Amino acid sequence: MNTPDTFSVVIERELPHPPEKLWRALTQPPLIKEWLMDNDFQAVAGQHFKFRAAPMPNWNGIIDCRVLVVEPLKKLSYSWASMGLDTTVMFTLIATKGGTIVRMEQSGFRSDRDANYQGATYGWRKFIASLERVVAGLP
Amino acid sequence: MRSAPTAVFRSLADPTRRSIFESLSRDGEQTVGTLTDRSGVSQPAISKHLGILKHAGLVRARHLGRQTYYSAHAPALAPLVEWMSYYSSFWQERFYRLEDLLNRMDQ
Repeated sequence: MNTPDTFSVVIERELPHPPEKLWRALTQPPLIKEWLMDNDFQAVAGQHFKFRAAPMPNWNGIIDCRVLVVEPLKKLSYSWASMGLDTTVMFTLIATKGGTIVRMEQSGFRSDRDANYQGATYGWRKFIASLERVVAGLP
Repeated sequence: MRSAPTAVFRSLADPTRRSIFESLSRDGEQTVGTLTDRSGVSQPAISKHLGILKHAGLVRARHLGRQTYYSAHAPALAPLVEWMSYYSSFWQERFYRLEDLLNRMDQ
């Protein structure tokens, strides 16, 4: 799970609902629309679909996706391309005593393990966190 | 989202370029020669990577005599940081909606 070479946004929550219910919310188009966006999703690996949001200046509101992984009640992943930027969204469900741990990770770029440069000494995530502070301090 | 961070993303999607950028950020400006010695990658390859980083605005070049010194330009990372903060708040907000939906769903 921990891929220091991947630049990503992660949300993890434990919710007091069974995985079956979460799976429905993640895979049934009318339910997806209620919490995420209007869509023509189908829980079939390889299927292309689109999310549609309200258009904004410089953005047509369309996100082009393709289903990558469907493991019912466990894992759902799709590509997420918007404004020429390719990312991957992955949901992981883990059943607990009181409900389900749901984890969402959106990765900006894939981890490429065979880096042959010797200079990398610390993780990308830590690196970007420190740069975030640098950028925040800029005029 | 304001601007497409595509060029910055693409240039940093490559682990070697990321390492070059990281090295320049950490240790300050360096020549192609120094970067090559530390990398185990050929000089033409390093030069090509520097060209791509420069094009994305992530690296700047300074000429002194026959040497060119390269340095990291952190402000160019802004679109990437913006992307991250945009999607952080996007997903947090959507997760509240998801919780709300789950509470309304039967069973």
